[in-house]
Parts: sequence; structure tokens; C-alpha cells
Amino acid sequence: MRNVYVLGTGMIRFGRYPDKSVPELGAEAALIALKDASVAIKDVELFACGNLYQANAMVGQRILQQVGQTGIPVINVSNACATGSTAFREAYMAVASGMYDVTMAVGVEQMGKQGLLGGGGGGSDPAYSTEGRVGSGLMPAVFGQAGMEHMRKYGTTLEHFAKISVKSHKHATKNPFSQYQNEVTLEDVMNARVVAFPNTLYMCCPTGDGAAAAILVSEDKLKQFAGGRKRARVAASVLTSDPYTDRDLTLPDVSTLTRRAVQKAYETAGLGPKDVSLTELHDCFATAELVHYENLGLCGDGEAGKFIDEGGGKHPDLGGKAPVNVSGGLLSKGHPLGATGVANICEVVWHLTGDDRAKQRQVPNAKVGMAHVIGLGSACTIHLLTV
Amino acid sequence: MAEQASTQTAEQPGKKPILPVFKLEPKPHLVGVKCSACGAVFLDTKRLACSKCGATGPFHEVQLSDKGKVWVFSVIHQSFPGVKTPYVTAIIDLPEGVSVKSNLVDVDPLELQKNPGKAFGMAVELVANVVSKDRQGNEVVAFQFRPSAN
Repeated sequence: MRNVYVLGTGMIRFGRYPDKSVPELGAEAALIALKDASVAIKDVELFACGNLYQANAMVGQRILQQVGQTGIPVINVSNACATGSTAFREAYMAVASGMYDVTMAVGVEQMGKQGLLGGGGGGSDPAYSTEGRVGSGLMPAVFGQAGMEHMRKYGTTLEHFAKISVKSHKHATKNPFSQYQNEVTLEDVMNARVVAFPNTLYMCCPTGDGAAAAILVSEDKLKQFAGGRKRARVAASVLTSDPYTDRDLTLPDVSTLTRRAVQKAYETAGLGPKDVSLTELHDCFATAELVHYENLGLCGDGEAGKFIDEGGGKHPDLGGKAPVNVSGGLLSKGHPLGATGVANICEVVWHLTGDDRAKQRQVPNAKVGMAHVIGLGSACTIHLLTV
Repeated sequence: MAEQASTQTAEQPGKKPILPVFKLEPKPHLVGVKCSACGAVFLDTKRLACSKCGATGPFHEVQLSDKGKVWVFSVIHQSFPGVKTPYVTAIIDLPEGVSVKSNLVDVDPLELQKNPGKAFGMAVELVANVVSKDRQGNEVVAFQFRPSAN
């Protein structure tokens, strides 16, 4: 496999854009990335587009109809919340394999103000809907229970989960790309209405719209186009699905596939958790972030509560260590499903390359960054990037 | 086909299970299928292959126990329109080695929220509750769980 570099990135602020279409949002991000890379659409040889809610509607081609119809291969990707990061991986593999030298990945989603995700069933007669009658299949229930497992095994408290939300909201105040940029106190989080215990409102990510893009290149093209600018290398790109575990079919197991993915990523890159300068992980709920501290090796098993109490996950500027979700994470930055996986790679890249877009929250001396995404059902991607 | 159709039209509204894995006769119970190669049990009525070991069978139908233990739960405060909240959703481990998701009833949701430890490992039993009525007028019966003595 060849070395692959991220030559350019683009992202629009996550939020609500009811007056724009999905292809427009994607095209905006693509054009920013092309400009950032100093390449034109005619230089791009393959395009992988991640989008979930219009997965049957050729979103990638419709983006090119706005950006430039050069006739290149387009792959439309759908992989739950890991949609964007899977699209990035397709673009990565196309270059790594030697088949292409310049590729583009875009993740885009328009969710509007839709409510809870998942659940349903019952076919055409709602009398047979199982939601709320034989338990809950909604995402808040799944991740509430993931937190409860940790509580059961290790005595983790509501306060531990709440502290994550406080930390990530604080981080978001320094990120102009974040959907929400407001601080919350521990009392705010703990006293907010409960959505699915132990997650309160501020421990759940919002729905929203957004787009992010990346241009990937081979080493030769990096030399041609980068013009001496600092660019990050993709040191590992891993995708896993959920292996059989005892309760996975009843309560999706978000841990085992993450552990497998990160282990493979560390092996591939020849790195370990101690080498990671910053992590963007999939905090769809505060409970998810807590279990992933352990899954990703940022602390030992059963130590996530202690890790939080000791400032783990906080930005170094706030006196923290092993910073996690300095962007504000999904909790604040937002989670437009298809865009998420590309956006967190953008965030990592910006810190590694000293990009102005992360100026207010720059992690000092960042050399290695990790981007983790989980799509329920399940898919996990890990990307390790280095400079 | 003609015979089936006439049987259906003659049928009076009665009780129907909410999912095919739930059988109402002779008494309400869940069924699973067991992989003869590795012994894994699935909450299902049929399978093409085993997702644990990959064997293509044969699979044997097994009747699942009506008693189990709560693994974890969540108290749901926000749900679809028409779903009464708060309620408790729980993962129940059955002795056959399969887990089931359903509502935990006859408990105080807010009390469990205050003392989560009370529910972890709690002994529960299956209860059949009517949850809705379908378009043909049948009562739809769901399997749920309630605390039991052991």
C-alpha cells in the first residue's frame, strides 16, 4: 500500500439549513476542500460521497452536477453513522492501492429537526409496533444501557457522564464550526430533563445539517500540489463490523468492534494510545464517550471515571490531558450523520497541520490524531493521522 | 389457497402475538432456535446459518424459559407519540444463553433511576400484556417482564 495524504479539507458549520439542498451543502464543502488543496475538480480522479437519508438518490453525482461533471467514478456510501468515514476510507483505499492519485471524499446530511432515531417495526399496522411495548430500540435507549453496563460493572456515576458533557460544551465555545457554542454547568446537565437514563438532554447529540470534505493524494501528487505546506498522512484506516458477542443482537455491542478496530489501527501505524495527541471519538451520547475512553485505550478498563475526575479528555489549555473532542464533539458540534465521519477527520487534520480553522483551540505540538466513528448496526472506523 | 382464505374470513377476532417469536399457546412463551454445531441460541423462528460459528444448521426450535435476570436497563422519558413515559426498557438474560429486550413492568421507574443497583441482576418473569388492537380487531399481546420471587 502507498502512503496517502490529506491535501485539503473543507467543512461548513453544522446547524440547520432548511433553505439549502443536500447536494448544495455537499458542494459547498467540496469547493472549500478543493481550494484548500489548491487543486481543481478536473484533477480529482475518484469521488466517494457519504450520505444516509438520500442514499437512493445519487447524492455524489448531484454534487458533481454543481461542482464539475468530469465523468469520474462516483461511489455513494451509506453505513449508518460511519457513513462519512467509510466514504473517506473508500477514497483512501483508491489512492493507497495505486489505482488513483487524487481522490475526494464528501460527507453530507440534512436531518432537519427530526426526532429520535431508530426503533419502529410493526410493518403496515402500527398495532404491531414494538417500540415502547417490548422495550426500546431507539438510540437513546441503546446508549443509555451502554452507560448502565459501565455503571453495573464499575460503579460509574451519573456525575461522571455529566462531566463529559460539561467538558465538550466548554470545548465547543472555541469552535466556530460547532452547531452549539454554549457552556453548560454540571448542575445544568444533571438537572436537565432525562431522555433515556442516565443520559439527560445535554448528554445527547442534536440532529442537524452539515457537510465536510477531504482531498486525498499520493506522495507524488503531494509534492506537486502541496507547495511545501504541512500535510497529514493517513497512518491507518480501519473498518470493522460487529462480531458475534453474547448480547449484540439484543443490545448492540459498541465496544468489541471499536476495540478490534483500534488495535488494528495501532498495529498498522506502529503507534499506541500514548502517542495520540488528540482524539475525536463518537460521542453520540455522553455514555458512549465514557466507554470509548477505555475501548480506545486512553485509560485502562474500569478507569474511565477516574480518568474523567483527573481531567482526562480535557483540552490542555483547561489543564487536561489526552484531549478528546476538542471540537465540541457530537454533543455540541452536532451530528449530521453522513457528515460526521469526514468532519472529525478535518478537525484532527487541522490540529496536526496548524490550520487556522482550529486556531482558537489548537492542541499544542499535535503529532498524531485519532478519529473514531461508530455506526449502529454496526460499523466502526478508526483513522490515525500523523505529521 | 381457497381453503386458507375461507378459514381466515371465518376467524373471529382474538389474540395475536406482537412478534413471531412469541407464542400464546398453550401458555405464553418465547421460542428460539439453537445451532446444533455450537449451541448458540437465537431469539428467532428460523435461521439460514449461525452468526456465531457459521454452520448452516440444522437448527432446532427451543422453548425459552419464562424466567430470567435483568442485565441492564434504561428509564425512557421521551418516546414516540402514544408511548407512555417514563417506562423501563431492559435487557433480560435467559438461562438458555440468549438475551431478550422488553419493558420491565410493575416497577417504579423513578425509584430504579435513583437506585440502579436494585435492578441489576433482578429476577424477573415473563408476563403477557395486551398492548393494542389491530385493524381486524385482534388484541395484540406483547411479552414483558416483571419482578419475580426468584
